[in-house]
Amino acid sequence: MKITNLLRIAWRAIQRNKMRAFLTMLGIIIGVAAVISMIAIGQGSKQSIQSQISGMGSNMITIRPISNVTGGARMDNTSVQALSEPDVVALQKHPQYLNAVSPSLSARGQAINGPYNWSTSLQGVSPDYLSIRGWPLQDGNPFTNQDVKTAAKVCLVGQTVINNLFPNGEAVVGKSIRFKNIPFKIVGVLSKKGENTFGQDQDDVILTPITTVQKRVLATIYYQTIFASAADENSTEKAAEEIQQTLRISHRLQKGTDDDFTVRTQAELISTFSSTSRILTILLAVIAGISLVVGGIGIMNIMYVSVTERTKEIGLRMSIGARGTDILMQFLIEAVLIGVTGGLIGVALGITAAKLVTTLLHWPTLVTQASVLLSFMVCFATGVFFGYYPALKASRLDPIEALHYE
Amino acid sequence: MSSIVEIKNLVRAFKMGDETVKALNDISFTIDPGEFISIMGSSGSGKTTLLNILGCLDKPTSGEYFLDGTNVGKLSKNELAALRNRKLGFVFQSYNLLARTSAIENVELPLLYNNEISAKERKEKALSALEAVKLTNRMHHLPSQLSGGQQQRVAIARALVNDPVMILADEATGNLDSRTSYEIMMLIQELNNVHGKTIVFVTHEPDIASFTKRTITLRDGRIIKDDVNNNVRKARDVLQNLPVLTE
Ligand SMILES: Nc1ncnc2c1ncn2[C@@H]1O[C@H](COP(=O)(O)OP(=O)(O)OP(=O)(O)O)[C@@H](O)[C@H]1O
Ligand SMILES: [Mg+2]
Repeated sequence: MKITNLLRIAWRAIQRNKMRAFLTMLGIIIGVAAVISMIAIGQGSKQSIQSQISGMGSNMITIRPISNVTGGARMDNTSVQALSEPDVVALQKHPQYLNAVSPSLSARGQAINGPYNWSTSLQGVSPDYLSIRGWPLQDGNPFTNQDVKTAAKVCLVGQTVINNLFPNGEAVVGKSIRFKNIPFKIVGVLSKKGENTFGQDQDDVILTPITTVQKRVLATIYYQTIFASAADENSTEKAAEEIQQTLRISHRLQKGTDDDFTVRTQAELISTFSSTSRILTILLAVIAGISLVVGGIGIMNIMYVSVTERTKEIGLRMSIGARGTDILMQFLIEAVLIGVTGGLIGVALGITAAKLVTTLLHWPTLVTQASVLLSFMVCFATGVFFGYYPALKASRLDPIEALHYE
Repeated sequence: MSSIVEIKNLVRAFKMGDETVKALNDISFTIDPGEFISIMGSSGSGKTTLLNILGCLDKPTSGEYFLDGTNVGKLSKNELAALRNRKLGFVFQSYNLLARTSAIENVELPLLYNNEISAKERKEKALSALEAVKLTNRMHHLPSQLSGGQQQRVAIARALVNDPVMILADEATGNLDSRTSYEIMMLIQELNNVHGKTIVFVTHEPDIASFTKRTITLRDGRIIKDDVNNNVRKARDVLQNLPVLTE
């Protein structure tokens, strides 16, 4: 039998009982709409988190030493003696994939300006740090490589520090502050960066040449962190690999030994977030699955009722030449049409709901093609799966008995 | 083989527990093209059983049934379905029209199960079948908007639409009043006389049987009489002589 004829027959049958078909679809409609809109909300927030993370400098690569355990006591980062100047020099010799490299070493302490004091951190970096972080100055100038050479007592201050040390709003460039009793001259003011994805205030920092922290504050030759930026976003993975190779050589690590450092790209950070949202997605999928099964059982129930109710019709169709398979296909297609039509309406409703959430609640939402396609396919499968048994029952009726069914 | 139906020593037995009921017991007869046969007999005599077998809805327990040269007993379910679709037309006592489906769509129905017929042909054939039963002016009406007689005429059009070799009717006038019954009989006589259709008509009313050309009478599953009717009544005349009802 021609598929067009089967479709026509099934469609006419649905048309004959629109209200019931609609009620049968309702389970599917609600299920699909819920799934589409929830995935849209999930994807929307995921995307906005991703753009926040890449706002931290999407090319940024972070290298940290691995804190090894000595005598059962875990040493803190500052005492891990893995990253030092030769590493930075080695990295700067491999510039194919790297734009900039900056060491970093932080010390916490009290910053003082006259009567005002504020507990903050002093972070030693190289001038490249600002470009790695994509962090422009609001006022003044950055310190120079010369400042790094001489371990100059100059600094760039973040907005939070300024707010607490200079509450009267005066110009701060050229002024002096003290950190751990060392006087620092302010040469520049960092623009406001806000909180990072983890809720930390990024503006609560004082930047100074790396050597200044090493020599004058902490008396160490090691670094806590090395920041680097890849030449472009697509080559971060390649750059991370290159960094790893370079550092293994510079650390003289034998084949087979583990790295004594870690190399993290922003992409990895994003994937950490993705794994949280993956759990959410699985949860959503479970809810979706349950609602679609419920919808499917609704279809099955109605199809059974429909087969029984239309026994005489089935008998008639058989008497005028419908084969068992024709009847099977008719009811199967009917079930699938109900499922797929329900799915279509559900998708439309879900997209509308997502749009409403964005306009009314200002939550970011993103309807993905994949979610639409998937729910559609699931609806199709639901129709086939739950329509099959009622359809099989219909196809196996005896034409004479069916014709005389009252 | 020029006959449309050839039945030889046909038996149809039903097993009811340990008992077997022979609804048809050693029946033989032939039907030639253009015949108009009534099958008579008291209730339970086997009329419907015979019609089901003639209609390829059921198969004989033993004996042979040739329909238009095909040995029906040897066919599979699907082949039987195809045979019903191409060679037979059914008219039932209770019309069996699809509810909430227009007259023309009801008439089209058998053609939907025939792949060789295009949508255009289907429309044309359905229209001409409705024309043959004089219902073109009601083609878009639903069964619920038609009288019993009109519904039965739609059913007859549906039986005609595939140009069958034989039309089978089981008590086709059983639900209708006598005037409407005569109108239906007039239509069927016209199909037989003008269009040359072969028709088998089950009835237990001798009045209705008198419009047919030949009557086979069954009793307890056997043929007890097979008479040619020398005095076929014309339904048209009977209708004209019916007293006109006045309020
Ligand atoms: N499916 C069946 N199972 C068992 N017995 C059956 C079956 N179908 C028919 N019979 C029996 O076969 C016999 C003939 O039945 P059939 O229906 O052919 O009678 P009929 O002549 O059409 O009667 P009516 O005028 O009342 O319609 C009856 O005794 C009936 O009980
Ligand atoms: Mg009967």
